[in-house]
Amino acid sequence: MSFLIAAHMTGGYGGSDILHDCTIAVEQGQIAVIVGPNGAGKSTAMKAIFGLLNLRHGQVRFNGEDIGALSPQQRVLKGMGFVPQTHNVFTSMSVEENLEMGAFIRRDDIRHSLEQVYALFPVLKEKRRQPAGQLSGGQRQQVAVGRALMTQPKLLMLDEPTAGVSPIVMDELFDRIIEVARSGIAILMVEQNARQALHIADKGYVLVQGSNRYTDSGAALLANPEVRRTFLGG
Amino acid sequence: MNAWLNRYIGAPTLFGLMGLALVLVGVLQSWSLALTIAIYCVIGAIMALGLNVQWGYAGLFNVGLMGFAALGGIAAVLVSMPPTPEAWQAGGSGIIASVLLSLATLAVALLVYKRMRRGRARMWAMVLILLGGYLITRQFFDPAVELIEAVNPAATGYLGGAGLPIMLSWVVGGFFAAGAAWLIGKITLGLRSDYLAIATLGIAEIILSVLRFEEWLTRGVNNVNGLPRPLPQEIDLQQTAWVQEWALRLGTTVPDLASITVKLGYLGLALGVLLLLFWLAQSAIHSPWGRMMRAIRDNETAAEAMGKDVTGRHLQVFVLGSAIIGVAGAMLVTIDGQFTPNAYNPLRFTFLIWVMVIVGGSGNNLGAILGGFLIWFFWVQAEPIGLWFMDVVTGTLPAESWLRAHLLEGAAHIRLMVMGMILLLVLRFRPHGLIPERSERPHSLRR
Amino acid sequence: MEDILNALALLTNFVLLPAAAYGSQLALGALGVTLVYGILRFSNFAHGDTMAFGTMIAILFTWWLQAQGVNLGFLPTALLAIPFAVLATVAFVLLCDRWVYRYHRVKKAPAVVFLICSVGVMFLLNGIVRFVIGPGEQHFADGERFIFTVVQFREFTGLEQGVSFRTSQALTLVSALLIVVALFWFLERTRTGKSMRAYSDNENLALLSGINPDRVVLITWVLAAALATVAGVLYGLDKGFRPFTYFQLLLPIFAAAIVGGLGSPLGAIAGGFIVAFSEVLLTYAWRRVFEYLGPEGWAPEGLMQLLSTDYKFAVSFVILVLVLLIRPTGLFGGKSV
Repeated sequence: MSFLIAAHMTGGYGGSDILHDCTIAVEQGQIAVIVGPNGAGKSTAMKAIFGLLNLRHGQVRFNGEDIGALSPQQRVLKGMGFVPQTHNVFTSMSVEENLEMGAFIRRDDIRHSLEQVYALFPVLKEKRRQPAGQLSGGQRQQVAVGRALMTQPKLLMLDEPTAGVSPIVMDELFDRIIEVARSGIAILMVEQNARQALHIADKGYVLVQGSNRYTDSGAALLANPEVRRTFLGG
Repeated sequence: MNAWLNRYIGAPTLFGLMGLALVLVGVLQSWSLALTIAIYCVIGAIMALGLNVQWGYAGLFNVGLMGFAALGGIAAVLVSMPPTPEAWQAGGSGIIASVLLSLATLAVALLVYKRMRRGRARMWAMVLILLGGYLITRQFFDPAVELIEAVNPAATGYLGGAGLPIMLSWVVGGFFAAGAAWLIGKITLGLRSDYLAIATLGIAEIILSVLRFEEWLTRGVNNVNGLPRPLPQEIDLQQTAWVQEWALRLGTTVPDLASITVKLGYLGLALGVLLLLFWLAQSAIHSPWGRMMRAIRDNETAAEAMGKDVTGRHLQVFVLGSAIIGVAGAMLVTIDGQFTPNAYNPLRFTFLIWVMVIVGGSGNNLGAILGGFLIWFFWVQAEPIGLWFMDVVTGTLPAESWLRAHLLEGAAHIRLMVMGMILLLVLRFRPHGLIPERSERPHSLRR
Repeated sequence: MEDILNALALLTNFVLLPAAAYGSQLALGALGVTLVYGILRFSNFAHGDTMAFGTMIAILFTWWLQAQGVNLGFLPTALLAIPFAVLATVAFVLLCDRWVYRYHRVKKAPAVVFLICSVGVMFLLNGIVRFVIGPGEQHFADGERFIFTVVQFREFTGLEQGVSFRTSQALTLVSALLIVVALFWFLERTRTGKSMRAYSDNENLALLSGINPDRVVLITWVLAAALATVAGVLYGLDKGFRPFTYFQLLLPIFAAAIVGGLGSPLGAIAGGFIVAFSEVLLTYAWRRVFEYLGPEGWAPEGLMQLLSTDYKFAVSFVILVLVLLIRPTGLFGGKSV
């Protein structure tokens, strides 16, 4: 039984279905990546797992529990962290306040978590008093990820974390994500930069038009000639 | 319930009920009163129509109605009252000089704005020009005003009007309001709805302030009484033979009949204007122009992408709607026979008309008219009904009781509370209003 | 030298103190408006009449206290009434939210609907206030009127011009300062306050972080009602109570909030003072000041008044339009147009 298993997801935003019988699974400490062409339903799949849209069919089991009926906030309490693609920080609030807000649902002392995040992203410690809106794109993403980490999640979901970010920053971000995974947190990531993402992926899901096309380890997908031809530019 | 209402109670029924209510007033209270109410209902309906043109056709949230109505009102004064020759002699030239100077200042400022490059220097130049021009103008303006206001302040103390027939002011009022709307629209129409609301509220206050305090032009809070009447006066009618004859035949008193006849005349005039404007508004909305307006309203971004000049169209609608309101304002003052700046109370004007539009049918001309009738009728009758109600309720209290006196005094204010309740209830339970817009999606009150 | 002091005395008495007091009152009002706008995302046209309502309750309570023989010495008795007035206003405002605004919030209605609803609430409040206390002017200030009068000042300093410092002005300045400090402490240093700022900044992310929207809304209304009541009472103590005046204050209050940047508390305060000082400076008759500062014996013609006091509201409006055209997000970058 996988730590997270979203099986046979079918549904969309109301009118027509975007996902068709899509299945995603992640283990603890594993990095799972969802790639695919535009409009394949990658972000939709992730939002469905988080509860941001209703599924017509399918089941989402997290840590053995069926969480289909839970609202996103309730899923956060269960241990899911979600980093949206855009508008993922409180721009008018300082870095430290953003992290504090990330831990809002926690009632215990958050200083230890704060230090952990600062250890992971040292530049945030430097700029802890600056408004998040004044940071560069890459730094903002770090704040966004840090914010999600403050809830001490067991599963961290990231929606295109490297969108609009320079290659060096992207590498750094992926390094950090690997570190996070090493601490035992399951990672589920939707990525546009398929090649680089699959490099660090333990598991890769290639979605096309809302259903699974290829599912394999990241390395295997990178080596697969068909995958290379159709999605990775040869 | 909504579906049932829609199917069985259409516009004709509602209008019929309205007519019935007026008839009841005539029978139970007096025909004269019923006609007076009817006249004001019609004027209210015209204002609601004007507002609806702005709201329904373009989604413009204009909370400055009162100002445009007041401009129409002052048009009635400026068109029909006789000019005051001494005042013109004393201060006329000073005023004219001031106007020319102001225009010159604006022209120079505009020139500088266009010619100089953006930046600090230009900003300071404009500030200096405007300030300087203002101060110089005041040098001519202030003494002229003093002289004018000194001329027989009890009766005139102002420049007077043009001495033309008062019915002309109905058109002139429309133009005044349209002109002001054009200026204001040019400046503020890019703003989002709540900002536009606040801006228009402010403009109305300014217009009212000017009308209240520039006594040389409007007599200010001294009011202008005795405006010329377009129809014969009741007193004169009482002398005529045919009125006396008919009074005997119908079994009413002569004064009553005279009053009713005059009022019928005014009602006829008002209804004529209403029907004309309604016909024009309806034709407009079914014309290609109207279709384009609706397209813009329903999807502004798409329309803009297609190259439609959205702001330009909005300006057109704003000006047209304001013109209608100006006409109504002139009519109101004409029928009242006097111009009272202090009577322009934003609650009774602007917000009441909004209630009319929302209750009647947001975005729908016929609905706005019905709303105009209903709400105005209610507003007027609420006081006597409230008093009657309070009388009944406090009947058990001793006649000297403070509570009783207080409640009776407060009866007038109950209608404010009830008006608020009506608006809130309609917004919640029937946001389309009583006569929903057919076929197209009703304008933006529902998502 | 003495001329300069006299000029300063004039300015202090007729410009500085009144504008500072008025600015504080506007700031408190604008704070209420800006909070509601930032968090509930609509312009609350009923705010002026909410102030009137709160002040009305305070007045009734004050009269009752005065009848019981209670007084606060040189301070106005109304201060004792404020807590009860705040409670009553909070209750009313929460009921409004429950019965009026919440329905539309759940339906995700556009902001214009809330605005029209607030117009309905405005009518309601207008009626209630006039029904209960009548439309006329009411006096409820007691206690010492002046901390020091013009005469006392002149005797003390020997200057020709005097400065008077009214108790109501002192109260306004002190209360406004205390309230602002408390409010900022709440918003910047407490978890709840930060959660409200977060909600105002990015609603979706706030919900994702587990911030409870109902609680945020509740606290917003409580704060807005409290600010409205206090602002209303201070204004009433300073300038007398007439229901219609509070409706008219809507314009300068909104001007202040917009100038500072809708949604920004700091902006609301700055805006309040900017509007107040502009109004006073532009309508003050500068003649006597120029007399003192100019050469001996020279007196300017006319009052040297830029705008007649009748046009006070025009000033707020012009400032408002200028800000909307030049810098719509306001001075402190609130939510843009």
